[in-house]
Amino acid sequence: MKRFAALLDQLFYQPQRNAKLRLLSSYFASAPDPDRGYALAAMTGDLTFQHAKAGVLRNLAAERSDPVLFSLSYDYVGDLAETVALIWPTKVSDDTEPPTLGTIVETLHATPKAKLPALLAGWLDRLEPAGRWALIKLITGNLRIGVSARLAKTALAALGNLDAGEVEEVWHALEPPYRELFAWLEGKGPRPDATGRAAFRSPMLAHPLDVNDLPGMDPAAFMAEWKWDGARVQIVGEGARLRLYSRSGDEMTATFPDVVDRAPGDVTLDGELLVMRKEGIGIFADLQQRLNRKTVSAATLKDYPVGVRLYDLLFEGPEDLRGLPFVVRRARLEAWFAKAPRPGFDLSPLIPFANWDELALKRKAVADPGVEGVMLKRADSVYVAGRPAGQWYKWKIDPKLVDAVLMYAQRGHGKRSSFYSDYTFGLWRGDELVPVGKAYFGFTDAELLELDRWVRNHTVNRFGPVREVERGVVLEVAFEGLQRSTRHRSGIAMRFPRVSRIRWDKPYQEADQLATLEKLLPAKA
Amino acid sequence: MPDPETWLRSTPKGLFCEPGNFTIDPTSAVDYAVVTHGHGDHARPGNNHVLATPGTIAIMRSRFAGEAGKNLQPMAYGEAVKLGDVTVRFAPAGHILGSAQAVLEYKGTRVVVSGDYKRRPDPTCPPFEVVPCDLFITEATFGLPIFRHPSDRGEIHRLLASIKVFPERTHLVGAYALGKTQRVIALLRREGWERPIWLHGALLGLTEVYRQQGCDFGELRPATDSDAAEMKGEIVLAPPSAINDRWSRRMGEPIHAVASGWMAVRARARQAGAELPLVISDHADWDELTETIREVGAPKLWVTHGNEEALLHYATGLGIEAKALSLIGYEDEE
Repeated sequence: MKRFAALLDQLFYQPQRNAKLRLLSSYFASAPDPDRGYALAAMTGDLTFQHAKAGVLRNLAAERSDPVLFSLSYDYVGDLAETVALIWPTKVSDDTEPPTLGTIVETLHATPKAKLPALLAGWLDRLEPAGRWALIKLITGNLRIGVSARLAKTALAALGNLDAGEVEEVWHALEPPYRELFAWLEGKGPRPDATGRAAFRSPMLAHPLDVNDLPGMDPAAFMAEWKWDGARVQIVGEGARLRLYSRSGDEMTATFPDVVDRAPGDVTLDGELLVMRKEGIGIFADLQQRLNRKTVSAATLKDYPVGVRLYDLLFEGPEDLRGLPFVVRRARLEAWFAKAPRPGFDLSPLIPFANWDELALKRKAVADPGVEGVMLKRADSVYVAGRPAGQWYKWKIDPKLVDAVLMYAQRGHGKRSSFYSDYTFGLWRGDELVPVGKAYFGFTDAELLELDRWVRNHTVNRFGPVREVERGVVLEVAFEGLQRSTRHRSGIAMRFPRVSRIRWDKPYQEADQLATLEKLLPAKA
Repeated sequence: MPDPETWLRSTPKGLFCEPGNFTIDPTSAVDYAVVTHGHGDHARPGNNHVLATPGTIAIMRSRFAGEAGKNLQPMAYGEAVKLGDVTVRFAPAGHILGSAQAVLEYKGTRVVVSGDYKRRPDPTCPPFEVVPCDLFITEATFGLPIFRHPSDRGEIHRLLASIKVFPERTHLVGAYALGKTQRVIALLRREGWERPIWLHGALLGLTEVYRQQGCDFGELRPATDSDAAEMKGEIVLAPPSAINDRWSRRMGEPIHAVASGWMAVRARARQAGAELPLVISDHADWDELTETIREVGAPKLWVTHGNEEALLHYATGLGIEAKALSLIGYEDEE
């Protein structure tokens, strides 16, 4: 438990992804079974305890401390788990040996509800504060240490010099504490067999297109289709199982019954989840009403009906098509869909083109708000996990630009901590500047230094970590789209705003009007 | 026996002793100051007379040079001096080099003013001495039962363990220039860290004072002129304000550690920008505060500054007559 607690503690404070990976890999490589497996399960959300709940711990702590002192402390700390961890009265010496994580997890599963309080109290007596915090987090189930399931699996895959995708493929065949998974990764056991488990297959991704490379590319070698502005998904039917996955392998089966109920049972499909209405597909903001929810109401299902626009066919029955060229897979997809059309599903159409100029014109002329750009796929590309070079390209529609005035700045995180790198910018409404959005990338390191210096020298006000700056800098902000928003004072939310240029040359009075942006808004639904 | 209320009172300038005509840790200049220790909120420049331990006087000279006070009178622990009708002596407080409790005796009544203190061992200063008294005047910086500092050895080992995981990154430790810096250096040496330790320029002067008072720190180097490559995998100490500042950029991507008792609270640690919070405190934690109150056995307790509410509640529960002075001008920083 000491090592698990130290790991959680370090992950909690570590803002950098790579450093988190290092911490995780080093833990997985050296912690014993079954501890490391349960630690993994805690991070992927695959560990739950029926009886042990936060309330039990609160009662325990309250019993053991003066109520006045407990309430003064809780008031000061502001977090129940942390207050309990800190106020727990037993003092532990450095060489007390607390129970192992494996013992804790297995004992918790085996202990009836009535015996839990005494059990937990006994453990809390043998743990130091970070250990108590880790125990409470483990029990209450929400670690909040900034580690996604995907990140944990990526760190894990590094054990066996593999890609996270290869771990994903066997993941659903496994249960905590994942002994056979660790054995496989360490070369001490066979690859776990995931047949019949509807495992996630890591998706193939595209590189952004550099238009300067286009002349050197043979248009006849590529096929094109629209890049839809939804959420990339994978539908896996295998035997009696059917699962819906996000691009990163998180399972979404439970929250999209409208997709799952109508999905085919014996294929693996790659597609885009979109809000689909009779009048056309919805914008991304509509889809957001459905994403990241634990449950979905009947009203939401009705107002935001989703479907899947299909890109690719990875398995048909037991046959793995991923080794076939895209052009063949596409033909198989079309043939399969022709035999088995179903409501809520359609094919992403191909865009015919003879040369790059023709495709460029079509890209420029597209008016569908659901289109984010054009995808170029080599006709002979086999389907491989990750982002292989030279196979698939995304050619996004040119962003829209607006000249905005820098209003507030805040320090960034990770590599950019200590620099003022998060910028709130605004547009004019008459004489008033209205904040419109926030941008925190798009500039070079040299530009960041310049902006940082400017912010520090032109601060007129401080609100905690936020600095209000003099009017003076115009930022050319690029963005992908606009949505109406009641949360923003401007009434507008920008999609992917970033700084495309710093307009040191432009007087701030000449920055754009908010009205310019309002004209670009989609018509009110 | 005269009630201390009649001869000791809190004033805007600090705790004033009427029959001795001196102020303890005055927050602005007075004629006669008794100074418990050298931190800036307790020792200030410009007093006419200053009575303090030799360690504190050396610190004040280093910080204030010619402004340290017109007449600086060093008095070792255990020695006594009569100021007016009051006998004053110093007992070690275990807080930093030179830190003292002021023990005042007047007409058979003994009052102990703790200054800032801690009870656990510190290689850079003698340990706290329990002085039984009639009135104990204590600080309460960490006066809540959530503050129970772990062993400093364990915290230093967490720093050393991090260097093993990230051997290519500089470990930048934020530590107050006076006391914490020197204690962290001494602790690192005790736990076997033999590499040179790099110091931010603001820490050099006071560390030199410690050295002159007999502390052995091994090899120290100024960090300011060194380049990033040289400091990879090394430990650099800097004032907490510098760790997220431009100054730290010279080190590539350092791991930010902060050594302070406040690091026990996660939100505080995040606010300080700590990736590696080290709970190393020069103040008494809850257990030490309550233990001290019990051991000195005083029927009266005054609390000068900090989180006094919980400590008053605790003392009252023991049958002690307790009140908060809520003195202004003493910081919670450490």
